[in-house]
Amino acid sequence: MGFLDLENIQKKFATSTAVENFNLSVERGEFVSFLGPSGCGKTTTLRMIAGFELPTAGIIRLEGVDISNRPPNKRNVGMVFQSYALFPNMTVADNIAFGLQVSGKSKEQKSKRVEEMLRLIHLPQLGARYPYQLSGGQQQRVALARALAIQPQVLLLDEPLSALDAKIRVSLRHEIRSIQQHLGITTIYVTHDQEEAMSLSDRIVVMSEGRMEQVGTPFEIYNFPRTQFVASFVGTLNQLQARVLDPAGGKLELEGQTVHIAKAIDKMAGETVAVALRPEMIGLDDGGEEQLSGTVEDSTFLGSIVRTRLRLRDSVISFDVFNNPNLSLPRRDDKITVKFPRDAVLILQSSGAIHAGTE
Amino acid sequence: MKSAKLRRVSWLSWIVIVVGAIYFLAPLVGTFEYSLTALRDQYSFAAYERAFADPRFVQSFGYSMLLALATIVCSILLIVPTAYWVHLYVPQIRPLVEGITLLPFVVPAIVLVFGFIKIYSRPLEIMNIPLVPPLLSTIESTNIVLIAGYTVLSLPYMYRAVDNGLRAIDVRRLTEAAQSLGAGWGTILFRIILPNLRTALLSGALLTFAIVVGELTLATFLGIPAFGPYLQQLGQHKAYEPAALAIVSFLLTWVALVLISIVTRGNAGSAAGSH
Repeated sequence: MGFLDLENIQKKFATSTAVENFNLSVERGEFVSFLGPSGCGKTTTLRMIAGFELPTAGIIRLEGVDISNRPPNKRNVGMVFQSYALFPNMTVADNIAFGLQVSGKSKEQKSKRVEEMLRLIHLPQLGARYPYQLSGGQQQRVALARALAIQPQVLLLDEPLSALDAKIRVSLRHEIRSIQQHLGITTIYVTHDQEEAMSLSDRIVVMSEGRMEQVGTPFEIYNFPRTQFVASFVGTLNQLQARVLDPAGGKLELEGQTVHIAKAIDKMAGETVAVALRPEMIGLDDGGEEQLSGTVEDSTFLGSIVRTRLRLRDSVISFDVFNNPNLSLPRRDDKITVKFPRDAVLILQSSGAIHAGTE
Repeated sequence: MKSAKLRRVSWLSWIVIVVGAIYFLAPLVGTFEYSLTALRDQYSFAAYERAFADPRFVQSFGYSMLLALATIVCSILLIVPTAYWVHLYVPQIRPLVEGITLLPFVVPAIVLVFGFIKIYSRPLEIMNIPLVPPLLSTIESTNIVLIAGYTVLSLPYMYRAVDNGLRAIDVRRLTEAAQSLGAGWGTILFRIILPNLRTALLSGALLTFAIVVGELTLATFLGIPAFGPYLQQLGQHKAYEPAALAIVSFLLTWVALVLISIVTRGNAGSAAGSH
């Protein structure tokens, strides 16, 4: 049992199922992201942890205590919203002190904690300002301080950076992570931005249509996507259809060419499987023992790398090579052969639901 | 060419403003002028002196102001939680609630007050067991009926103001933020929702105040010595004093409105809350 456990969580609305079969065990101090497109159920799941929605079925446990049906104000979770949701009638200091005030803390305790929080978010001199006098990034940092001031057991963040511009987004992202690590607070972070999820998380839950597609470290999710959905949502993998020639020997037919993969394939000979080919493992001359030939569609110079798109027969794959002044770049309509190691090819499952016990 | 056109438009708007101003100000100026002519062949404040000498003026005006304040409090306590609840949980019935609050425009006050008289002159009873004594039998309990009636009359203004105020803030997010910080419903209403509705409540309160201080129908038929009935009685016997009092009550109402807005200013920052 973990620090925060979600067991068989299901949420149905009048006409649709928002979340089903959700199982997750979060360790104390862990940073977990729910990643997926809008409507995938990530925010609904977060709101069930916060208590704003009640699960149709399933149990939520926090430190072993069943909190599934507790109202949100009895859960001791901190929440940060996309729209900041600072109280416009209160100063920054009063906003941060609100939760402490509600729980009846003394004046000294409040001002001490507020000062501590303002220092934590690097805005020590702004306590007397009103929210409308702050920039978006500052407002969101205050919202973070307000959520943390009550020393919640879990911190929940619902797309906290989506309303900010790109530069602030990146710097605030680092700040959130460093504060989280400094306090060691268990955190659930909802986002549709894979880069955000990758750079912040200890683990990522990739979700689609109310189901968990894959749970793993950013490294695992990026390098070993289990399903077509994960492969297409995370990163820039080339996805292709292949026919199994020899399951035991890992032999596939890919667009009329034969390739071998590192592992045995869990399919019958003649079946079609979805495979992913990692672009950064494909090389022009010395990539590995496997190879594919095709016609260059185009080659784009991107500074440090050169991205080339290669037409095989029906589909196009893209691959990157590092820029090198001594290199002669492939040109349009060139016939070339690219090389890659056997473990650059991944077999993908067609879809969805993670079966109980696989995690 | 273009500037000539613009100039013509601005002339037109000036004409509209002037006509409007005359329409509103002429009766006031006329009444004021008339109120000064109580003595033959000279302007004087004689009518004012005589009107102020009557203790019933101060009494009835003070009484009406108290009624207005009580109405505002009742109205806010009734409407804010209702409108908040509708916004948060049943936004689809908003048209229905709005329709109900508009009823005072459809049902005249005279109908309302005869309804009150019919119902509250007798004890409220179920199966011949009296539960509540007739509210209209004493002046104290009649006040309750009157304030309830005024609350009804204030519904269209107050509800609309509160509804607009709620639309201007993200009610749901603010509520959830407060909940996650441990706040219960009372704290959320009094510390988050009400302060953020300050401007809206103020405009609702101003209108309610103006309506109640000048109201005649309910007060007359319920026999309450409010300012409206007093002014009307005076008008039947005197010529100049009612004019003087009309001007005075107009000024006093404005002073009261300014006072309300100063008193409710409280913490200065919230006024600028909605940027």
